[in-house]
Amino acid sequence: MTMPHTSPEISGMGHSMKRKEDGRFIRGKGNFVDDVVLPDMLFMDIARSPFPHAKILKIDSSRALATPGVLAVITGRDLEKYNLHMMPTLMSDTQMVLPTDRVVYQSQEVAAVIATSRYAAADGVAAVDVEYDPLPPVVDPYKAIEKGSTLVRPDRKDTNHIWHWEAGDKAATDRVFSEADRTVSQHLYLPRIHVSSIETCGCVASYDKANEKLTVYMTTQAPHAVRTVVALVAGHVGLSEERIRIISPDIGGGFGGKVPVYPGYVIAIAVSFLLGKPVKWIEDRMENLQADSFARDYHIDAELAFKNDGTITGMRIKTLADHGCADAAANPSRFPAGLFSIATGSYDMAAAHIAVDAAYTNKPPGGVAYRCSFRVTEAVHTIERMADIAAHELNMDPAEFRLKNFIRPEQFPYQSATGWSYDSGNYKAALEMAMMKIGYWDLRREQEEKRARGELMGIGISSFTEAVGAGPSHTFDILGLKMFDSCEIRIHPTGKALARFGTKSQGQGHETTYAQIVAQELGIPAAHVQVEEGDTDTAPYGLGTYASRSTPTAGAAGAMAARKIRDKARKIAAYLLEASEDDLEWEPGKFHVRGSPDRAKTIQEIAFAAYTNHPQGMEAGLEATHYYDPPNLTFPFGSYIAVVDIDRGTGEVKVRRFVAVDDCGNVINPMIVDGQIHGGLTQGLAPALMEEIQYDEQGNIQGGSFMDYLLPTAMETPSWELDRTVTPSPHHPLGAKGVAESPTVGAPPAIANAVVDALWHLGVRHIDIPITPFKVWKILREAGVRD
Amino acid sequence: MSKHSVSVTVNGTAHRSEVEARLLLVHYLRDELRLTGTHIGCDTTHCGACTVLLDGKPVKSCTLFAVQADGRSVSTVEGLELGGELHAVQKAFKEEHALQCGFCTPGMMMSAVALLERNPSPSELEIRQAISGNLCRCTGYVNIVKAIQHAAADMRATRHTPAYVPAQEPAQVSR
Ligand code: FES
Ligand code: FES
Repeated sequence: MTMPHTSPEISGMGHSMKRKEDGRFIRGKGNFVDDVVLPDMLFMDIARSPFPHAKILKIDSSRALATPGVLAVITGRDLEKYNLHMMPTLMSDTQMVLPTDRVVYQSQEVAAVIATSRYAAADGVAAVDVEYDPLPPVVDPYKAIEKGSTLVRPDRKDTNHIWHWEAGDKAATDRVFSEADRTVSQHLYLPRIHVSSIETCGCVASYDKANEKLTVYMTTQAPHAVRTVVALVAGHVGLSEERIRIISPDIGGGFGGKVPVYPGYVIAIAVSFLLGKPVKWIEDRMENLQADSFARDYHIDAELAFKNDGTITGMRIKTLADHGCADAAANPSRFPAGLFSIATGSYDMAAAHIAVDAAYTNKPPGGVAYRCSFRVTEAVHTIERMADIAAHELNMDPAEFRLKNFIRPEQFPYQSATGWSYDSGNYKAALEMAMMKIGYWDLRREQEEKRARGELMGIGISSFTEAVGAGPSHTFDILGLKMFDSCEIRIHPTGKALARFGTKSQGQGHETTYAQIVAQELGIPAAHVQVEEGDTDTAPYGLGTYASRSTPTAGAAGAMAARKIRDKARKIAAYLLEASEDDLEWEPGKFHVRGSPDRAKTIQEIAFAAYTNHPQGMEAGLEATHYYDPPNLTFPFGSYIAVVDIDRGTGEVKVRRFVAVDDCGNVINPMIVDGQIHGGLTQGLAPALMEEIQYDEQGNIQGGSFMDYLLPTAMETPSWELDRTVTPSPHHPLGAKGVAESPTVGAPPAIANAVVDALWHLGVRHIDIPITPFKVWKILREAGVRD
Repeated sequence: MSKHSVSVTVNGTAHRSEVEARLLLVHYLRDELRLTGTHIGCDTTHCGACTVLLDGKPVKSCTLFAVQADGRSVSTVEGLELGGELHAVQKAFKEEHALQCGFCTPGMMMSAVALLERNPSPSELEIRQAISGNLCRCTGYVNIVKAIQHAAADMRATRHTPAYVPAQEPAQVSR
């Protein structure tokens, strides 16, 4: 653990400073989108399709328009007049805002009702009469890509196959496989799941006709990108970028689900523009679960090649990705399958080859990276399951199998077989710490004893490597926008600072963490640094918060901007102290003349001088902006060990213990980092044991509300046991790496491995997540285990 | 839609309003009284973001009509702070980092307050049970449990004023 170098008053890196933002939330004074009320505001609600695939024969709005309070009903035909009925997706596909003739998923937006109150708008929705002619839906992606399958997107393609993508060296991998002592193969399905932040999505769009300015309060993780997209899509009707202001107020959790632009936002903006009045749209939970972007939905065939002594030599993966009705995945555009190509994980291997195909089906569009770097979760799940399967086949302990195959510390920077350059790591140290903390070998003995008594207990390891901090502009962009991030710092004459960032917290604690970074670099107490984000009129352009990119990119921008300020401060200090710049030494908060610590100027004195007594000819003020373009991703890692007990009667899996050792490089606020890990682990437990969005063969969503979309409560969530190692990133200005999604990525395979470990002797080789009691109960029945 | 007159004491202040029969209590609090600390996270009484106290008992305000609160007393997160002093539960949530996005937090704290009013020394299991109707997607619950234990210890050590104020005759009707 790195020790803090600044005093508690300054509270730079390493201090568990209490969060600056908490005051308003614990008082109920947060400002979330639904809290925004503007004069004359109208309300919008949306009529949705009961069919997953159907022709729209007729939309009759007359009953709706006769409903008290209803002012307008908007259909796709209305938007078509302004060419606003279609919008681009994040992956250069198109998606309907409102359909003109056909719906392609259940709960798709069909018409919007504008009314004077929430309740009137809902009444209007109930009175919209739509005549449909149902079409056969395409539900299974494997069937979807067969010849002759019903087309989901005849407007785009004459097949439901969207694209094929590969990474790694196919010939070399095939060679490794043909020469391998042994191979294992496994089909895995990572089901469609949903981020389910407790706050749903929504916006208040307000077009001011007199000033020709559009302001949108909106649940978005990337306000600047949204502003640009709105300008690109609606510039032709007069909404050009300087006239658009996107404000992302307090956000009640995002986890990737608030990156995409949903039709509701676009309709609200269009209606406000047309009517010149503010329009509020807030989706309900069922709309959120049924129509917002999903995550995962990867059908994976994986193979691992290895020697008899356990050395992995290669990996081969073929995957079919179900993209729903549009290629709308949130990815850097050069990686249509995201960072799934990081599937070699923490292991050194000679060759690997990854191939992914994507298919259209009659399901909602999307593919968000649910608290993960664009499909790293799928990649880590695959390699960590395969590592366990291989170890068990060899009758080798899964921990020993991993220790044998880890990339060694001296191999960094490490070039992976699929082309990534890992910055730094010490995987062995993390796993050994986790094993020691949990008492690994004692648990293995306990397991043997229990197994002899017929009890079911399993131990599962996941030693993951993450890739976060999107991203270096040479390879990373969203819709062509390169993925740098930014910070602008202004120091006021009295030595207090205002720092604005291009990211947007959804609970990650940026107001505190960023203030600590500025405090670290300038010695201005973190309490005196006001952090702002999420308002495109004031914040510098940035790509937003997702994929654990805030600390790696915007945090770095903050440090760099502060360093620019320090350079200028040095000049002013030299002038004030009548010394040469080269003779000055910096310690957090002041410059002193080398050898005479009493001849010093504090940053506060320098700030005052920057406005009152700066050198003749120097520009006044003390401020700087930095747009940080990372040279590489950062690669945090960790080792997680789960211990599970399985109820022989009910099949219920109880996570008895869970030790998580994380390494995210240098830590800015340990309290916040631990909090992120707690939350991330819980969001890893959820898909491992509960979360799944299923569709029946007719394309009907099964479980589109919290009644049957299960999330962990305090009762199912174990007491997480955390520890960390610190391996700084060599290229990040603060040596930090980013952390928030590591636990979500790392936890599911640890739990799945533990369950399979408990059942291996019964012939079980793999169970797809979520590992529900029913799945396990069936396995136990088949194996003849009864209580 | 028929209108009904309701008198509700909210955080000690009496209010009289004309409301539609179908108006949910949560919308009454948020939209009519502009007490936006109580949040909405679901449509099915599962998330607990809307939890308030009705005559001292935790209820999900998305599942009650405003008319059902007629003549009764409601406590919301805005009423926890008394005379400029934060409630022990509020202080503990900050102290133990028991919130991240803060969206579930008001409902979570109201469940915690209700628990501690009836059980000043809850066990960890009792705490987990008491908040099992409140979903949080950010914190992983560990720190929330810690915060409630912390608040319990604080409240046992000091005399505190209950968050629940009984319903009053609408003497000082605000609207
Ligand atoms: S909004 Fe009331 S329980 Fe979810
Ligand atoms: S703090 Fe975000 S949902 Fe609980």
